[in-house]
Amino acid sequence: MGANREALQRYSLAVLSHLALVAAWHFFVVVGKVPKFVMPSPLETLNALLVPNYRWLENIAVTGVEIFGGYVLAVVVGVGIALLFSWFRWLELAIMPLLVSLNMIPKVALGPLIIVWFKYGIGPNIMMAFAICFFPIVLTTARGLREVEPDLLDLVRTLKGSRWQVFTKIQLPGALPYIFSGMKVAAILAVAGAIVGEFLGSDRGLGYLMLQVQVTLDTAAMFMAVILITLLGGILYLMVLALERLFVVQDARLG
Amino acid sequence: MAEPFIHLAGVRKVYRARRSEFLAVSEVTFDVAAGELVALVGPSGCGKTTLLKILAGLHPHDAGEVRIGSAAQPFDPSRDIGMVFQQPLLLKWRRVLDNVLLPAEILGLPVAASRERARDLLALVGLRDAEAKYPYELSGGMQQRAAIARALIHDPKLILMDEPFGALDALTREKMNLELLRIWQQARKTIVFVTHGISEAVFLGTRVVVLTAGPARMADNFLVELPHPRTLDMKTHERFGEYTRRIYRLLGLE
Repeated sequence: MGANREALQRYSLAVLSHLALVAAWHFFVVVGKVPKFVMPSPLETLNALLVPNYRWLENIAVTGVEIFGGYVLAVVVGVGIALLFSWFRWLELAIMPLLVSLNMIPKVALGPLIIVWFKYGIGPNIMMAFAICFFPIVLTTARGLREVEPDLLDLVRTLKGSRWQVFTKIQLPGALPYIFSGMKVAAILAVAGAIVGEFLGSDRGLGYLMLQVQVTLDTAAMFMAVILITLLGGILYLMVLALERLFVVQDARLG
Repeated sequence: MAEPFIHLAGVRKVYRARRSEFLAVSEVTFDVAAGELVALVGPSGCGKTTLLKILAGLHPHDAGEVRIGSAAQPFDPSRDIGMVFQQPLLLKWRRVLDNVLLPAEILGLPVAASRERARDLLALVGLRDAEAKYPYELSGGMQQRAAIARALIHDPKLILMDEPFGALDALTREKMNLELLRIWQQARKTIVFVTHGISEAVFLGTRVVVLTAGPARMADNFLVELPHPRTLDMKTHERFGEYTRRIYRLLGLE
């Protein structure tokens, strides 16, 4: 009961602070008589949703697919590469430094090239989201797979356990908290990647819409787009948190 | 003495780095009868952990003879060793019962029978009500009890313990010493117990093997003739003092 009440208190405080921010925003705009094209009020922002021309649903779907697609791809490929590294040490020695160098490239700078190579569309933006969030996943997963207590390995060795048993019973479950820690960082990066991709070259999506309404100075629609992008990122992050709760014991979770 | 369970003669181990050599163990000669609790005592760098790893078959030795098992007690190195370390090293993501079951899973022992046995062992080490808990819900001493149960799950003939109570506070350590003696008497195992605690070695051991450092070699090997079951007030007995003084002298502390 005590724990429940405490949780309730925490959630209500969090909700309150968010509502307070919206209220402050409203107050600032109304009292300060801020012009709509500089900063719309919360209500005006919400009203932007009523403009059918903006095709909100379609744009949300496009950006959502880009974020989610790039992210899932990064998780699968990133974890896969880290697994290969832990199985074949020489592969890690050869490829890891290369990945570190490639990661130095500002992914945004690749935008114009990606457009030359792949033209506009969802595909290149998925690539951008992937490129920007893939490396942290490799890094944390590889680290987690390395963190095995030598004494535990001895214990398995005295029982003549196989490498596969070490991997399935000790290494992989031990690496899960690290994998999730990388996935949480990557979730936020994936959103940025997809939007940057849309800014650079796209004909659909929330980022594309922002560039369109910028021309007509429809600041309310831009606000709405930012809020929706944030929500998409938030939903992805919450999904990862939920998975982590499912698979990682409370004590082992990393920040 | 009948055929010993463990026979060590002139065991020597040298670690070689690129251009230097480090003598880790030398002149180790002693026999252990089945069912003994041998305490290996000595300062850091005397090779006690190395000797334990040689017994576990994890490190090869360079010279001398190492034989485990006898006609009466045949020894299968892949399933007759249980290990307990200074840290409990329980798997954080497994409940206590599943942690105890780890060696049984690796050996592929029958599941139902192993679970039954794991419950019995948890009762033996005093963790009857903790089987569904996660390690973080247990104190350090309780985690080490679970680690002991894990070392016993596959019913090994030899338990190797490397300073298992070294990370516990003094009072818990005393308590765990008594618990270990009780578990040892009920489980009827041969135990090799590494420690740097001199009084712990005398209190637990049926036999004490003293190792010295610089150079690492065996300095003494004697039976501790104190009655069983041991009780804490034996630590004030004259004979207990004689044994500890004997070790202090060997380690140059007197």
